Amino acid sequence: MRRLINQQPGRGGALALRALPFIVLIAAYLFCSHARLTANPGDKLLPAPATIAAAIHRFALEEDERSGEYLLWNDTGASLERLLAALAVSALIGIVLGVGIGVLPYVRVTLAPLLAVVSLIPPLAILPILFIVVGLGETAKITLIIIGVAPVIARDLAMRAQELPGEQIIKAQTLGASSWQLVLRVVLPQMWPRLVDSLRLTLGSAWLFLIAAEAIASTEGLGYRIFLVRRYLAMDVILPYVAWITLLAFTMDGVLRLLRAKAFPWAKAGGS
Amino acid sequence: MTQVTVKRLWKQFGGQVVLENVNLHVDDHEFVTIVGASGCGKTTFLRMLLGVEAPSRGEFLIDGQALPSEPGPDRGIVFQRYSLFPHLSVRQNLLLGLELRGSPLLGRLFGARRRRALERADELLDAVGLQGAADKYPQQLSGGMQQRLSIAQSVICEPKILLLDEPFGALDPGITADMHTLIIKLWNMNKMTIFMVTHDLQESFELGTRLLVFDKVRVDPQAPDAFGATITFNIPLKGQRAPIERLRGADPSPAQPDSADGP
Repeated sequence: MRRLINQQPGRGGALALRALPFIVLIAAYLFCSHARLTANPGDKLLPAPATIAAAIHRFALEEDERSGEYLLWNDTGASLERLLAALAVSALIGIVLGVGIGVLPYVRVTLAPLLAVVSLIPPLAILPILFIVVGLGETAKITLIIIGVAPVIARDLAMRAQELPGEQIIKAQTLGASSWQLVLRVVLPQMWPRLVDSLRLTLGSAWLFLIAAEAIASTEGLGYRIFLVRRYLAMDVILPYVAWITLLAFTMDGVLRLLRAKAFPWAKAGGS
Repeated sequence: MTQVTVKRLWKQFGGQVVLENVNLHVDDHEFVTIVGASGCGKTTFLRMLLGVEAPSRGEFLIDGQALPSEPGPDRGIVFQRYSLFPHLSVRQNLLLGLELRGSPLLGRLFGARRRRALERADELLDAVGLQGAADKYPQQLSGGMQQRLSIAQSVICEPKILLLDEPFGALDPGITADMHTLIIKLWNMNKMTIFMVTHDLQESFELGTRLLVFDKVRVDPQAPDAFGATITFNIPLKGQRAPIERLRGADPSPAQPDSADGP
């Protein structure tokens, strides 16, 4: 008998094992839902699959009676627009600050402590300030995500830039690189895959801030919808919305991972 | 012509004296090998030549000029490892020096200038035997190939001085012999002065036209940091593959080290 640490599942076995926890979860849901609905047909907590399917149909495939919009797609569009805009700005801020701090000692001394402090402010705590200062519009929501995500990316990239072997930096100088050329040809190209990693890791908190902002002040968006229908205990809407958000996040993560593998074949993939 | 002159050089880190009273004169196109026990300042000496460390006292002159306080294209370096750029292919690694020099703003060459640079790079790739690996990334190369690339990368910038910090220390003995042939070939092609730190005594005798031994002359057991190392032996060598004139021309240097001049 080989040690446990040396035992690997076969291909078929691995597939079955991967699916197993999901199947167990779904089965548990169906069982509990059935039990509750048998006891009380009006139960709203664990709606039957048919009820959920009807809700999905209503939100995704039928026009809303009042606004004439397909609510799910409308919400998805609004949320993704905010999320992607915020991530793009965060990536830009992150790479500029991170590389600056990582490469230039003067910038590091000046900005690194500030960045460390800013990154520790709980972004949700300053959401009221944002609402007061920039109003309840799109700016506040996008800014909230940026405040939550950009400092994390910047600190991460600063650390990665400082981790570049000193030998490389010295070598580049002996090849005649100026500070600018060093950033352009040696540091930045090696930071791109790290930026993608960083974005993947912050994707979760970006969604968190998005939904929090939408829940508080919004008229459309995935987070807005969930909190709106909560008033009616509409679990048949909330559950598919949560699954949809998860699927979106999962897809974005996968796209970033593929992008990294395709665009930076020289960089070994870290994590899955 | 590149002459390196060191006069009464001291280097200390806080209270720890690393090098004391180092005197040296090295002529153009010499191949200087440096040996010595671990921690006796060989690498510190090399890092001063590189411009990463500044002397605490004394003079460090290249062609009569004080050494710049930062690395520059006149002094190439090959470290034991980590000096290749992992995001660039072998050919791009080699091209980088030419691109940096030719294009201050973008660090990239285009059109005819790029083609000329590529020809240069491919010539050198042939010379170091990496033509078949031109499109691979450094981490796909063996240790010996990586070092050949690293040397070629420095040589393409035609530095006056090439510094080698135990460049073959991590390689298999079989590969080291090839590397010796290669470095001598490049040394003769480019007429540069080479300083090479090594642990391998045989290597230092085989390759060098001048062998420097760093060691402590004074040791205080109560205060091991109080005294630094200096050049205890400065031995002109034939240099196995060096021209024979160098043997006759290897006159004693003007700034004599205060200790013995070798057997």
